[in-house]
Amino acid sequence: MQIYLPIAEISVNVFYLLGLGGLVGALSGLFGVGGGFLMTPFLIFTGISPAVAVATEANQILGASVSGVFAHWRRSNVDFKMGFMLLAGGLMGSSFGVWLFSVLRGFGQIDLVISLAYVVFLSVIGALMLVESSRAMFRHRRREAAQRKLHKHTWLHGLPLKTRFRKSKLYISALLPVGIGFFVGLLAAIMGVGGGFVMVPAMIYLIGMPTSMVVGTSLFQIIFVTANVTILQAYYNQTVDALLALLLLIGGVIGAQIGTRAGSFLRGEQLRGLLALVVLGVCARMFFDLAVTPGDLFSLVSQVDFSGER
Amino acid sequence: MILATVKKCTLGTMILKATLLAMAFLAFPASARAEALVADLSSHLIAITTGFQGSELLLFGATDGEGDVVVLVRGPEESLKVRRKDRIGGIWVNRDEVTFEKVPVFFRMASNRPVGDFVPYTLLSRHQLGLRFLELPVAEPTVLQADIVSFRAALLRGKSREGFYAPGEGKVTFLGERLFRTNVVFPPNVPTGTYKIEVFLIRDGHVVGAQTTPLIVSKVGLGAEVFLFAHRHAAFYGILSVILAMLAGWLGAVAFRKV
Repeated sequence: MQIYLPIAEISVNVFYLLGLGGLVGALSGLFGVGGGFLMTPFLIFTGISPAVAVATEANQILGASVSGVFAHWRRSNVDFKMGFMLLAGGLMGSSFGVWLFSVLRGFGQIDLVISLAYVVFLSVIGALMLVESSRAMFRHRRREAAQRKLHKHTWLHGLPLKTRFRKSKLYISALLPVGIGFFVGLLAAIMGVGGGFVMVPAMIYLIGMPTSMVVGTSLFQIIFVTANVTILQAYYNQTVDALLALLLLIGGVIGAQIGTRAGSFLRGEQLRGLLALVVLGVCARMFFDLAVTPGDLFSLVSQVDFSGER
Repeated sequence: MILATVKKCTLGTMILKATLLAMAFLAFPASARAEALVADLSSHLIAITTGFQGSELLLFGATDGEGDVVVLVRGPEESLKVRRKDRIGGIWVNRDEVTFEKVPVFFRMASNRPVGDFVPYTLLSRHQLGLRFLELPVAEPTVLQADIVSFRAALLRGKSREGFYAPGEGKVTFLGERLFRTNVVFPPNVPTGTYKIEVFLIRDGHVVGAQTTPLIVSKVGLGAEVFLFAHRHAAFYGILSVILAMLAGWLGAVAFRKV
């Protein structure tokens, strides 16, 4: 059954979209990742323009994060003070990102920037995951974790504006969460990702938050940042396809349930290795599309303005 | 000679109408002579719905005698940017761009025999009969004049690839000496707007009759509403998308809470 996506302006099979949402949803349930960094490339491979894919993905992640935050909220695993600091940075970063997005789009370089950002991030993440999981698989464990100091004092702790975060039992500079939030917000606007894959490690290793607080707090931040991105993208670029987001969400919510349950039957490090290969595969495809000589060096861009009457 | 405008007719009834039209001409040859050419479309509206798979219209008409018929279908005009990629550091990057004005979003031509055989060059270029006679002014020269030729060629190539332009000519068939018909095919992704369909009757290298008929291509239904809403009330659309996604996420969380 074909359905016409009003903003993406192409017809796509409904079951393909539901299935795609379900597949990425299952992966996110399985690995605990947001899935935006897989969904956006898949949408681009489907033939949806990168600009629409990115903006729509922000909208979808918003829904998925709302779905996920409830569980953490009930267990009170959200450090609101930290969340608001991250959010302050996130709102600035995402607003700057959408502005940058508009400018790049005007120059005709947005598709290139999106693809390049993906190639860089996916290759780094994929490689890190592959190394980590293969180490775990070969039981090549070193004892360095035990020898590490409980609290390392780095230059990060010398930053001004020190603030106390009771819930996370931290006394650190407010600049740290604001800065991380800004960077992640920028990624959300340009790449259509929640940014959990950057924020979670940053919160654990740079801020030093307790792991139990990390996921809930990052979800809290992602909700508001993606909401900001959705509204700004819709306003400045008209690239949010709400129908597409909704279809992906439906598939995603169901897929996440399947993934979460399947996860308890499967071995973790093998799964992570598998995900790493998927990520690297997507990355390779993206790079290939950039590097291979296009069939036609020229591309056409319509300049129609739909804001008025027709 | 008055022709009723008929919307949403089946092909069968149209052929019937054409036959009736023919009989009318045969019965009153004198009144037909008042106009050298009459033509009409089987429908003046193409409605793009959610499941639109393309459309085919019948254009039919009659002439007052011998002559050749050329049919021109032109979509609304837009300005169009053409960008050229260049290889920088191993990857392909958009570099030069040229903006063309007054580019018809859609272009088709049909005639009963190749136009080159019976239309003089001046007429071809005056009425822009054929892709190579399309007037596409450049907004501001950003590249060398010699380069614009390749950008123009790329525009025609790209439009043809999308199915919006057709490089060749369609076929106008005559039924007998004076009745003619042709089918105009519109692809599933046909651009919206007001189209202009021009029919020329050419005799001895002169246009002796011409008629212009409008055709509206518009999106109807939910998809069209959403598209226009998203462009006209962009901020409101964004807020609505946020609320919709939050609601869906919340419903998902509620639905799967206890499993």
